[in-house]
Amino acid sequence: MTDKFISIEGIAKRYPGAGGATTTIFENLWLSMARGEFACVIGHSGCGKTTVLNILAGLDAPSEGAVIVDGQAISGTSLDRAVIFQSHALLPWRTVLGNVAYAVSSKWRSWDRAKVRAHAQKFIDLVGLSGAEHKRPSELSGGMKQRVGIARALSITPKMMLMDEPFSALDALTRGTLQDEVRRICLETGQTAFMITHDVDEAIYLADKIFLMTNGPGAVLAEVVENPLPRDRGRTDLHRHPLYYALRNHIIDFLVTRSKTFTTERPDHDPRNAPTVQIGKPGLTIASTGEEPRQTWMPGTSPGLSA
Amino acid sequence: MTTPLRLRAGLVSLVLLAAFLGIWHLATRSTAPVTTMSPEYAKLMGLTATQGKSAMPGPLDVGAKLWEHLKRPFYDNGPNDKGLGIQLGYSIARVGAGYLLAVLVAIPLGFLIGMSPLLSKALDPFIQVLKPISPLAWMPLALYTIKDSSVSAIFVIFICSIWPMLLNTVFGVASVRKEWINVARTLEVGTVRRAFTVILPAAAPTILTGMRISIGIAWLVIVAAEMLVGGTGIGYFVWNEWNNLSITNVIIAILLIGIVGMLLDQILARFTRMVTFPE
Repeated sequence: MTDKFISIEGIAKRYPGAGGATTTIFENLWLSMARGEFACVIGHSGCGKTTVLNILAGLDAPSEGAVIVDGQAISGTSLDRAVIFQSHALLPWRTVLGNVAYAVSSKWRSWDRAKVRAHAQKFIDLVGLSGAEHKRPSELSGGMKQRVGIARALSITPKMMLMDEPFSALDALTRGTLQDEVRRICLETGQTAFMITHDVDEAIYLADKIFLMTNGPGAVLAEVVENPLPRDRGRTDLHRHPLYYALRNHIIDFLVTRSKTFTTERPDHDPRNAPTVQIGKPGLTIASTGEEPRQTWMPGTSPGLSA
Repeated sequence: MTTPLRLRAGLVSLVLLAAFLGIWHLATRSTAPVTTMSPEYAKLMGLTATQGKSAMPGPLDVGAKLWEHLKRPFYDNGPNDKGLGIQLGYSIARVGAGYLLAVLVAIPLGFLIGMSPLLSKALDPFIQVLKPISPLAWMPLALYTIKDSSVSAIFVIFICSIWPMLLNTVFGVASVRKEWINVARTLEVGTVRRAFTVILPAAAPTILTGMRISIGIAWLVIVAAEMLVGGTGIGYFVWNEWNNLSITNVIIAILLIGIVGMLLDQILARFTRMVTFPE
């Protein structure tokens, strides 16, 4: 964590509850990301993942704490941080080209029409939608709509991409191809990406770092799991990697049991320095305090296990 | 067997029309016995008593009279005898003026109220009280303050067509999808550009629906308003012909009011289709 491109510093979100009490969605959340890193957040519904993303996007403000991006505390939205929405959020009265061009002309207001169109076209081609420029969103399939959403986010050449379960509404096949596209584009452009997902395999395939959050209300960041799989991993042979099941089991165990009990079991948990878990490197596992056998797991002992 | 639905529906419409005209014709045929009376008395009694002819005109009388009107729609023989084209023109001009004024007030105001929860809450009681008032109830107040009957009629049209437009604009603007607003926010689009590029297109179908309701109400109200203020217009024509006991002309006016109202509605329906987007 030397190069902190994004640093979330002690943010909390509280809402006034019934009878003067306040409901804390999450609190004292610290996390950081390096430039070019792909991070996924996993946690159950209600732990405030979407709120964290909205705060990063500037659509929402934290009740406490600050978010620092590229050395600057953020206030409000920015064209440096593009959002890919879960529901694609395309403007239905504009064509594919119109939707992307809207973003382009918002970033470069002095550009003339031809320049805006050419720039937008480049990103429509990038996501493989050449030929569908003049279609309206209602004429596109769910996967194509989300491609437009991705093209729109990329077209403003942001410093980072924020994705809120971008593929959860898609069928498995389309989801797979889009995951490939996103991974390819992020690797090619060196994009820093922050993604919320419920899909453990999606996180394992895409992320360099997986943030595990405990259950809300009062959610905290429990662990940062480093992805041990090689950077040139492929979606189809992912599950053959010797460390794949260890990683997957660790995450699923967390979601099934530990996310509920984490805060009571670990009263000494320091949210500012959430332990980093390195699967397959037992000697380096910081979180290993003895009572967690899964972190001292050795490669090859439980292949074929699935959760 | 496979005649298109449109054709079959058209045929049924024609049959129904023919049946209606036939029954009308039979019902208004001269049937009453002709009584003999002194010619002086007969003049006082009119055609109904002397020739057994119904005072209600039949479809042929109306048709002949309508043809006369259509041949000369724009004649002007002084204040009580003008062509139907002129009378309809006055009414359409009044509706147009009052309606356009209402558009100019309702849509910007609706935008403001829709975008500001404070204004929305603060103005709500006023709108709730003003909305159910019959537009004609404003007439005395308008006549007293404006002192011009023609302008008062325009004011009445303004006041009756403003509410559906205002309420629909407020609703349309306030219920623009949050995600579309968020798209504009993440792209750092300013308030004015956001209003024109996101909120206006998103709310346009709802706004146009309000405008369509308004034009219908305005056309309903203009007839009543012109009956009150008199002078010119299709509403005045109806009342004037009633005073002349020319039921034929009253029926012709009713028919024309219906046709013009339908055309106005169709124009707005076409505009609504133009701004509607499929999701």
